[in-house]
Amino acid sequence: MPVRTLTIDGKPVSAVEGQTVLDAAQDAGITIPTLCHLDGVSDVGACRLCLVEVTGVSRLLPACVTKVTEGMEVRTESERLKRYRRMILELLFAERNHVCAVCVSNGRCELQNLAVAQGMDHVRFAYRFPPYEVDITHRMFGMDHNRCVLCSRCVRVCWFIEGAATKNVAGRGAGARIITDLSQPWGKSETCTSCGKCVQACPTGAKFHKGSTVAEMERDRSRLEFIVTAREKKQWIV
Amino acid sequence: MAQQIKIDPVTRIEGHAKITIQLDEGGNVANARFHVTEFRGFERFCEGRPFSEMPGITPRICGICPVSHLLASAKACDQILAVDIPPAAENLRRMMNLGQIVQSHALSFFHLSAPDFLLGWETPPERRNVFGLIAAHPELARGGIRLRQFGQEVIEHLGGRKIHPAWAVPGGVRHGLSEAGREAIRAKIPEAKAVALKGIECFKEVLKTHERELQVFGNFPSLFMGLIAPDGTWEHYDGRLRFVDGGGNIIADHVDPLRYDQFIGEAVEETSYLKSPYYRPLGYPGGIYRVGPLARLNICRQMGTPLADAELTNFKSMGWGAVTSSFLYHYARLIEILASIERIERMIDDPDLASTQLRADAGINRREAVGASEAPRGTLFHHYQVDANGLIQRVNLIIATGQNNLAMNRTVTQIARHFIQGPEIPEAMLNRVEAGIRAFDPCLSCSTHASGQMALDVTLIGADGRVLDRVAR
Repeated sequence: MPVRTLTIDGKPVSAVEGQTVLDAAQDAGITIPTLCHLDGVSDVGACRLCLVEVTGVSRLLPACVTKVTEGMEVRTESERLKRYRRMILELLFAERNHVCAVCVSNGRCELQNLAVAQGMDHVRFAYRFPPYEVDITHRMFGMDHNRCVLCSRCVRVCWFIEGAATKNVAGRGAGARIITDLSQPWGKSETCTSCGKCVQACPTGAKFHKGSTVAEMERDRSRLEFIVTAREKKQWIV
Repeated sequence: MAQQIKIDPVTRIEGHAKITIQLDEGGNVANARFHVTEFRGFERFCEGRPFSEMPGITPRICGICPVSHLLASAKACDQILAVDIPPAAENLRRMMNLGQIVQSHALSFFHLSAPDFLLGWETPPERRNVFGLIAAHPELARGGIRLRQFGQEVIEHLGGRKIHPAWAVPGGVRHGLSEAGREAIRAKIPEAKAVALKGIECFKEVLKTHERELQVFGNFPSLFMGLIAPDGTWEHYDGRLRFVDGGGNIIADHVDPLRYDQFIGEAVEETSYLKSPYYRPLGYPGGIYRVGPLARLNICRQMGTPLADAELTNFKSMGWGAVTSSFLYHYARLIEILASIERIERMIDDPDLASTQLRADAGINRREAVGASEAPRGTLFHHYQVDANGLIQRVNLIIATGQNNLAMNRTVTQIARHFIQGPEIPEAMLNRVEAGIRAFDPCLSCSTHASGQMALDVTLIGADGRVLDRVAR
């Protein structure tokens, strides 16, 4: 496969053609913040946290879906990027009801960690306080739409790893929400295999093990990696 | 001309409140009211949440007594699961509640109330506080602060943090007591006990010179209610409800907390966000009852530990049947601190505290539950109704401070009538009115399910609504 050479934050990096900027950066040990990206499933560029600057391109590009090109100059840190990332996070917090103090994922939440890492100390936008419900009709799992950031990771693991296609996105914009089958209560789903991959994939406290209390929700993403590696490389590495 | 005096806000209590004192044409006190001015709405916004989150959400009502809400909530959740929690888990929860009683009572006595009677009612307000106490009685103040620290550390060693530990869960607790935690608690017991005993000696000295306060600080017959062990011993975590009257006669006993609404009604007054619970069989407002340390000591036969029992005997000798002066809330509080420390001492060597079998697991087996436990300020009820999946449909919280509302109103009236005559506002007199409230150690953040800082603002309003005088500090 042809090799492409580029620079990320001034550091020369070589990547294989077809790789994304995010992959190339990760291989080179450079961290770009992500939220909707999940190793093992395809990327959708939904959260915009991995935006980077590329010389010669006036708009910002999402690193997770931008392919490397020869001679590309990428910057992952700048005042402009910081401003955008913080704004994105603030908008995510304002959009639904994220109450970290009493959340099952407190201390283990990707959204919370990102906010800390990006120095988000307050939210400048008015909170919307939408009246979302909690679905705990499933025997083992719960879904709290108040804490959902619509990253669609649960949908992608359900379709592309488990293959059940139970989880979907309905509606548009801020009104979009994750549904089960044709918007049935989770416990009534005929396609859900109760595999729990969506729960492992969720970055916030939106999907949780039923009965979890504050800060109790631990996720083990290595299980997803294990399955993907086994399937793609025929290697069963525990 | 009829006049009104306002004390707004009331200081050195936990939360926002004001007092209005109504004077008649002769300048004598006609009536006095205690108003709670905050509204929070916890009961409403818990609706729709999974019940398992309630022990995490409800302690956020308060930073002083979160453990009380944690335990009452966890107990209600145990009932929804319809499980008996593992014995070790119950013992651990009990120990945390004892730590909570020690820290909250120590705060009330040493930090908030002691400046009044140890420094004197006439001391200028700027020195009549815990810092004044540190200057005047450094040993006692240090002891009090250390005692509160002891209670807080018991909570921390069990729950991982001093405030808002999300440790008790439906069906039990998350983890046991570590060996290091056990050692740390054990090492501090002798000092804590010595401070508690010193506090008691100190208050007994105060009583010798405060005969008038004993007589007029909310000294009236009322009912008393609290949880009690089957054998009549002092109880703080479980047990059944007992009501006794002002003569110490038991008028209702072995009441399952689940049936609380047959015995307790809740009246709402226009002038306060604090509800006024009353003993239903006697109606409103005749069914006035008190809860908290004074009530718990009035309903029990024994404390169950030697040093506290010796003090209980002395306490009981201060009344006929029941001890009715609210000024003795302080004494009762100190005895409870002592009893709690003795109980922690008794439990600390139990190997079961390090057990790993601490959590019972089950589905939704009951749709309605009432968790009751003794918060430092009195009996706390968490009443939940859930749907078939465990989502909260309705929440009713009955808070200790609320249950003392009628008694607090009567107390401020009694004190105001005794100490205030005429339109001038002597500051020390008003402080006595406030101190009557402090004796109850009200927690208004809890009782209105509120928070903030306080200053004192007193306004004297004439019958025509004209502001006649205003004192601010």
